[in-house]
Amino acid sequence: MTTGKAKTISRRNVLKGAAAAGGLAVGSGAVTGFPTIWAQNIKDVTLRQFGTGVSNLNEVAQKVKQDLGFTLEMTALDSDSVTQRAATQPKSFDIADIEYWICKKVWPSGNLQAMDTSKIKNYDKIVGIFKSGKLTPESIIAQGTAPHSVGFVEGVDGTKFADHETGWMTLIPTIYNADTLGIRPDLIGRPIESWTELLNPEFKGKASILDISSIGIMDAAMVCEAMGEVKYGDKGNMTRDEIDKTMAIFTEAKKAGQFRAFWKSFDESVNLMASGEVVIQSMWSPAITAVRSKGIPCVYQPLKEGYRSWGGGIGLSKNLKGLELEAAYEYINWYLSGWVGGFLMRQGYYSAVPETSKNFMSADEWGFWFEGKPAEGDIKNPQGQVMEKAGAVRDGGSFYDRMGAVACWNAVMDENQYMVRKWNEFIAA
Amino acid sequence: MSFRKTIGAAERSAWLLVSPLAVILAGFLVLPILTIAAVSFWNYNEFTYYPDFVFDNYAYLLTSPVTLATYLKTLKFMVLTWGFCTVIGFTVAYFLAFHVRSLGGQVALFLLCTVPFWTSNIIRMISWIPFLGRNGIANSTLIELGVIDQPLEWLLFSDFAVVLAFVHLYVLFMVVPVFNTMMRIDKSLIEAARDAGASGLQILTNVIIPLSKPGIMIGSIFIVTLVMGDFITVRFMSGGQSASVGRVISNEIALLQYPAAAASAVVLLATVLLMIAVMLRFVDVRKEL
Repeated sequence: MTTGKAKTISRRNVLKGAAAAGGLAVGSGAVTGFPTIWAQNIKDVTLRQFGTGVSNLNEVAQKVKQDLGFTLEMTALDSDSVTQRAATQPKSFDIADIEYWICKKVWPSGNLQAMDTSKIKNYDKIVGIFKSGKLTPESIIAQGTAPHSVGFVEGVDGTKFADHETGWMTLIPTIYNADTLGIRPDLIGRPIESWTELLNPEFKGKASILDISSIGIMDAAMVCEAMGEVKYGDKGNMTRDEIDKTMAIFTEAKKAGQFRAFWKSFDESVNLMASGEVVIQSMWSPAITAVRSKGIPCVYQPLKEGYRSWGGGIGLSKNLKGLELEAAYEYINWYLSGWVGGFLMRQGYYSAVPETSKNFMSADEWGFWFEGKPAEGDIKNPQGQVMEKAGAVRDGGSFYDRMGAVACWNAVMDENQYMVRKWNEFIAA
Repeated sequence: MSFRKTIGAAERSAWLLVSPLAVILAGFLVLPILTIAAVSFWNYNEFTYYPDFVFDNYAYLLTSPVTLATYLKTLKFMVLTWGFCTVIGFTVAYFLAFHVRSLGGQVALFLLCTVPFWTSNIIRMISWIPFLGRNGIANSTLIELGVIDQPLEWLLFSDFAVVLAFVHLYVLFMVVPVFNTMMRIDKSLIEAARDAGASGLQILTNVIIPLSKPGIMIGSIFIVTLVMGDFITVRFMSGGQSASVGRVISNEIALLQYPAAAASAVVLLATVLLMIAVMLRFVDVRKEL
């Protein structure tokens, strides 16, 4: 029998304590996994994400609601609009799903906050490309804005990029790929091996290139270098002279009628290829799969000079704090834990943490998409449409074949304004 | 002599009646234009633009060869569009005004002309793309009929496609004012001309066309302003290969170069106002208002 102040261990207290601890365990997900913070509050959180169309997928938002409880509002825009929004409208978003070259442009505006890598559970499993820049210890770092060079800052308020892993990341890498030219093998009828084929007069009036200056200039550089017309010191950081020469070659081709049209968003590229207006063009991986799923043959052609690569990641708005910031870290950890990685890899991209994505793909899919082995059964895209028949091999081969053959990364160069001006002159020519 | 005395009661109430419109126009038209003009003198860097007073934007704009080429291209589109719209618009309006006898019929047919406007402008423009494409309906039909062997490349992603889309979209803007003007032509003038011995063609050139000039002028003003400022139609129908002044501005905005875009906008505005002022010299539109 106790009175008042003295707290003794009674059966009642022990039972209460145990119930509370049990509730805590269940609520915190130590029992179920995700989410790992109070489920009660998190349901009211809404995070606004915007980015390019490649990863703003409704399926991801639905799964977030299912697994994590909070709402993810997504907006898809083209690359230039994404850059604009990230730099000028900091209050309009919570999560920026942007590419590394956009990060280079936008980080100095101070609208994003650095992320503490100690809070990222799967940090060690992120592929070396995004940390040290090397896929394997023998890899050469390609030209251009390599992701690791704009991936780290000194401290949480750092404004300058660091050249080593500092524990504070600008973007958490989520998705990347090696890009090349897409072709209609049925309308071309012969093997295509080099970037020079884009300006081959045989395809006059049937070629296209994308009208996004930062990416288009890299494709143009790959073509000009392959033609031997221009020698570049660093394709990712061209001098004015190199830019002039590249644009002169392309303007001449344009005036000669080489290009049928230019595209700015990837569905335009899908339409151009699917309708047969164009037989060779710069393309993005999902466009190839979209054309293929319409039943039209389309190949993402590996070329001997190498690939142009890009990487994208998730960045956090400076305005995030408190519960929303915790929710955002939740989201990042969930993103790297495999489901999204598997989803993206089945569309032809690569996940930054291949190990966890493997758990969400069938052995056959893993073999086809990552290891470059022939498909044992039909390969379906995440929407269930058959993309490849049994026996097909992924264009370009395995992950190491493709990402190991990267010639340059999408880049923001020092002479950016000059380059953009020249690009607009090319378009207007 | 106080100020109040010089404005009589009637005048004061006139000013009061005009003031709502004046306030709205001042706030929503004059103020934004002045802001744009002010921003056009600002300076900018990679992601932001800041107040300054530099002529750099105008200097670049007025000395770049791209500007002249772009304006000439846009003017070319404008002249071609205007030409076709005037011919087609005049013909349709003439038919509606003089050959359809009953007023009810005229109104009904006129409303029929406006039906396409119930759909979005952009959809009407984009639907030309599958129609004119290499494997599109137009080419397939012509090949099937045996008129041609290879698809006609110049149907799509060319200047032809741009002008076609423009005419398709804007011809109604010519039909309406001309129809309006023609309805006001006193029919007895035509009778008098016939009595004087004029042939059909002479009636057309000596009576109807001169009297329809205000309507044609109003329609032309619509078409000039719409085509000079357009960027979407040019972009889609030329496949991104042709430039227009509107595209230059939208590109600059997309790259956050607002002062440069503002300078381009001011130059465009000045050009269009100049053109309209010149056009209004030829015809006095006040009669129509």
